[in-house]
Amino acid sequence: MTDKSPLSIHDLPNSYIGRSVPRPNTRRLAEGRGAFTDDITLARMAHVAFLRSPYAHAGIRSIDISRAEKSPGVIRIVAGEEMARHCTPWVGVLTHLKGLKSAPQYALAVGRVRWQGEPVVAVVAQTRAEAEDAAALIEVAYEPLAPVVDMETALDASTPVLHPELGDNLAFERTVDAGDVDAAFAEADAVAEEVLHFGRHTGVTLEPRTILADYNPGAGKLTVHMSTQAPHMMKNIFATHTGIDEDDVRVVSKDVGGSFGIKIHTYPDDMATVALSVMLKRPVKFVADRLESFVSDIHARDHRVKAKIAVRGGRITAIEMDDLTGIGPYSVYPRTSAVECNQVLNLVGGPYDFANYRAVGRVVLQNKNIMCQYRAVGHPVAFGVTEALVDSAARAANMDPAELRRNSLVPDDAYPYTAATGIRFEGLSHQKSFEKILKLMDYQGLRAKQATLRESGVYRGIGLAAMIEVTNPSPMFYGVGGAHISARDGVTIRLDPTGGVTCATGVTEQGQGTEAVIAQIAASAIGVPIEKVRVVTGDTETTPYGGGTWASRGAGIAGEAALQAGRALRGNILDVAAAMLQTEADRLDIRNAAVVDADSGSERMTLADLGKTVYFRGNELPDGVSPELVVTRHYSPRQFPFAFTNGVQACWLEVDADSGFVRLLDFWVVEDCGTVINPQLVDEQIRGGVVQGIGAALYEHCIYDDEGNMRNATMADYLVPMAVEMPDITIEHVETPTAESVLGAKGVGEAGTAGAPAAVFNAINDAIGVLGGKITAIPATPELILKALGKV
Amino acid sequence: MDPSREISLTVNGEPVTTRVEPRKSLVDFLREDVGLTGSHVGCEHGVCGACTIRLNGAIVRGCLTLAVQADGAEVWTIEGVSDSGEIAALQKAFLERNALQCGYCTPAMLLTAAALLKENPTPTRPEIREYLSGNYCRCTGYQAIVDAVESAASEMTGTGS
Amino acid sequence: MKPAPFDYAKPATLEEAFGLLEGHGDDAQVLAGGQSLLPTLNMRLSAPAILVDISALDALRGISLDNEMLRIGALTSHSELQASEDVARAAPLLALAVSHIAHPAIRNRGTFGGSLAHADPAAEFPACVVALDAGLEIAGRSGTRKVAAVDFFHGLYETGLGPGEILTAAEVPVLQKGFRSGFSEFARRTGDFAISALAAHAQFDGDTVRELRLVFAGVDIRPLRATAAEKIVTGNAIAPELLAEARARLGDDLRPTGDLHASAAMKLHLSGVLLERVLSEMAGAG
Repeated sequence: MTDKSPLSIHDLPNSYIGRSVPRPNTRRLAEGRGAFTDDITLARMAHVAFLRSPYAHAGIRSIDISRAEKSPGVIRIVAGEEMARHCTPWVGVLTHLKGLKSAPQYALAVGRVRWQGEPVVAVVAQTRAEAEDAAALIEVAYEPLAPVVDMETALDASTPVLHPELGDNLAFERTVDAGDVDAAFAEADAVAEEVLHFGRHTGVTLEPRTILADYNPGAGKLTVHMSTQAPHMMKNIFATHTGIDEDDVRVVSKDVGGSFGIKIHTYPDDMATVALSVMLKRPVKFVADRLESFVSDIHARDHRVKAKIAVRGGRITAIEMDDLTGIGPYSVYPRTSAVECNQVLNLVGGPYDFANYRAVGRVVLQNKNIMCQYRAVGHPVAFGVTEALVDSAARAANMDPAELRRNSLVPDDAYPYTAATGIRFEGLSHQKSFEKILKLMDYQGLRAKQATLRESGVYRGIGLAAMIEVTNPSPMFYGVGGAHISARDGVTIRLDPTGGVTCATGVTEQGQGTEAVIAQIAASAIGVPIEKVRVVTGDTETTPYGGGTWASRGAGIAGEAALQAGRALRGNILDVAAAMLQTEADRLDIRNAAVVDADSGSERMTLADLGKTVYFRGNELPDGVSPELVVTRHYSPRQFPFAFTNGVQACWLEVDADSGFVRLLDFWVVEDCGTVINPQLVDEQIRGGVVQGIGAALYEHCIYDDEGNMRNATMADYLVPMAVEMPDITIEHVETPTAESVLGAKGVGEAGTAGAPAAVFNAINDAIGVLGGKITAIPATPELILKALGKV
Repeated sequence: MDPSREISLTVNGEPVTTRVEPRKSLVDFLREDVGLTGSHVGCEHGVCGACTIRLNGAIVRGCLTLAVQADGAEVWTIEGVSDSGEIAALQKAFLERNALQCGYCTPAMLLTAAALLKENPTPTRPEIREYLSGNYCRCTGYQAIVDAVESAASEMTGTGS
Repeated sequence: MKPAPFDYAKPATLEEAFGLLEGHGDDAQVLAGGQSLLPTLNMRLSAPAILVDISALDALRGISLDNEMLRIGALTSHSELQASEDVARAAPLLALAVSHIAHPAIRNRGTFGGSLAHADPAAEFPACVVALDAGLEIAGRSGTRKVAAVDFFHGLYETGLGPGEILTAAEVPVLQKGFRSGFSEFARRTGDFAISALAAHAQFDGDTVRELRLVFAGVDIRPLRATAAEKIVTGNAIAPELLAEARARLGDDLRPTGDLHASAAMKLHLSGVLLERVLSEMAGAG
């Protein structure tokens, strides 16, 4: 097994690396021939609907299903106590998050309900409509209890403790103290302080959560078709909690209509559906309709942050922060609901060079929907805080906000660099990226335009947001704490006697282009046209064990595995060819799906011929030659816990000072995500991410009343970004590859979402500051802006 | 007592006669009874647009139309307009521009874009955004979709690029 | 969510329709375009026993125009109204308003009559027909009657339609010389429900405003005329100080209740902004 390529993957002629190759599976989707989980129908498939709690906090006194049982089409009705015998509870804690505590969570509520929307009774029927008809006939007697809905008072002595066995409502607390923050503030030339609120919001994947569990009692096998990001993780979880042997569980996830982290968590209704299939010995399907999605899909980013920043000599010298976040009544399993707060503490101030940092983060339990990781986990809050502080500090120090940033960014020659937060950076390009965006947007030109327009009562603002992104996570993220979540991923590549190449991988596709990227790398590494490469994902039966898609790891981790596997397969092919052609392997090359003379390029045999010889005419091979045309390689980052990327975003907008309405005029991103494998796909990830971040900045908010009920749980009242209000987004790149892998690719899927809220927030304040207005919360609705201007 | 009604309609040019419950939506009928799963369900309150199909020549929300209301009607779904070649230029532009990521909103986007280009063969970018204002996409951020509709329009009217 | 079960009837004649509606009383709902009805059924907010589909009643279709009146059949879809040259010429206020209604796919099914009969407080057309002093034609078993638009909207989703009655048409006085219309609304996103909407209709005599109707949607349980503001403007030329004065008196008539999307103060404030902008634009359009 030898790697015979004298050139690196980036130098190979006809390498696909860096090319915007179209994705192989999109034609099917554009023809309406996708394979989404709800598109699947199985024989004797039943449907489940859930009766959910209308109360945020209540005891369950009794459940009467006598009328419901007689409803047409009903197959079975199951409540919490019975379900608990078929599906064991889970606890969302990991050992490396010290002190994190949470109570066992059941598939269906047992004895008490703890959030409005928690599933209480499962109704299985022939059709979804009939299941809902029956659910409407179930009578549950609740004893309402005082709900805990204010994170500020969640830890007060007078506030009910949600789980008495935990002692209090504090799920997690962490402090960081580096350098000498007090001295830095004492010596500062300027200090700025903010109290910022980040509105709770959610993912709103267009395809709702969908699961079709199919237990085959004859084979003792459980097959779960599911719209998920992490089939192997779910396989382990289904096995663990139903008692079925993990090796007899198969999870299949083909087309997924958007996930963004929403579909990587363990949901009680999914677990109940799986248990029901086992109990009933037939397929059971569950589709979370939109109304229940809003009160059952995880929420995210509900934070109140108090923070201070010190500037001395025109540079940032210290940041202090108190982050309070209110999750739901449980830490979500298996990834925990402490990670978002933990990330905020880790990432605040990330792009800047300062030594003094003190922060405390607290995660408190509440009677609201569960909350957990959603695209760009913690980053939007961290940079919302950081960049708001930087702009405030610039105002306090009477500096241009660009100048303060320029002075304070970690220099491009300072690497490897360890930040005050303790995190280590391998190599970033903050300064280069920053200068690039200022030029791209014509910063000075915009400032001049802003000043001129102000004179005629038009208020425009510029918002800058420098950021870093966590990508390519190592086991330090989850595995080290006990989670059965794989940080390593693999790709199996095989050459068939057709001459075709098939790659199977444990990372998954939700539209970001995983399949294209793997195909590009494999094609380049082996030496075949990309049309000859097929990629298989989303099936635990046929792909190597892996982690799925999360934390922007697909290209960086599975991509590297694909490269290593492709090179190894190339070596194997050349060894066989050399033996067949009685020459040396290093005299040969593979180009355009054929073995050729490395020097002359003349074709010696096609890969199809080689494949046919190996499989059908093995007698023709010399003795001692045992070709292996199937190769698997895995990869996991080791040296650095994450591959950080950096970027900077800028927003140019206009605030109508009479109505508070915001018009987004322009948006720029300069992103450094290392080696760019497919420029178009990378840019489209950034665009989608930016718009998602704009949603958080201006529109999206899960609004709760004092009783713990979500008041806007429909698509008419929960506002997501639509086409008219969104800007065109201009993107450019800097490329600082990671040395941890040959490919040098880092992740990029979450970058857009990480920085956009900060850029929009800062732009609004930049626009209305001259009128004496200032916002301190997102979403920045027109009313919030008018309130800031003193007009309502 | 059988609550169902008999309906007769054509779907993608083929006659369909069957019984259906009055409460069944047209999109559920197409997905479950006719087996055409290309039209998708996203909200069931008419806001997200994923269920958009063509009824008697006009785009409508499949979730806000009852199957019984389609009795005697001509229905076209993404599969039909794709197979007929009618939207080939749009599909090509979408693929080239990566104007779809997960693909869930795509059938509805294509049908809506096709309706736009029939009404207005040379729309401006703001006009494209306005016409698509009722179609939610979470993945693309819309820019690639606007680009794709713009370039398909150019190709279809022969104005190049 | 799937709706609760219901029966369905599609009468071929008005008489049949009256019979069904009277026979089932409160258990029946009229189905026209269904764009407002079906979402409530899909959320199980409403569970009628039977839907009476009136879409086969051709007498309710069509737009016709004579010298005095523009007659719009209740089953006219928003799209048909939007495409109608007769409407654009004779009742431009309706043409201005219709593009704010939802999105193309909804407009293809939603009907003019349905919008009026449903009477959503934030809907555009109820405010427009009040501003235009339209007459609404209502048919029932006992005959046909006409109700002035201003008398038709009683309360929250409550209209002057009696049991067993169907709205069949609206008659809008054709735009007369010197009259201009203006329409604008504030909504969070294109096509969303209006936080406040203003349908304005005025006669200009040179620069002087002679007759004026300022009808707001989204700020009350039904369309609301800002009569105090109207009085201030009427008889004068539009000017910033005049508009500021009129705006200051809006609160005499507008007593909005806050909702999920805007507080009462916000609704009142935005209504004032609309007043200034719509009237300024109408003045400039001379």
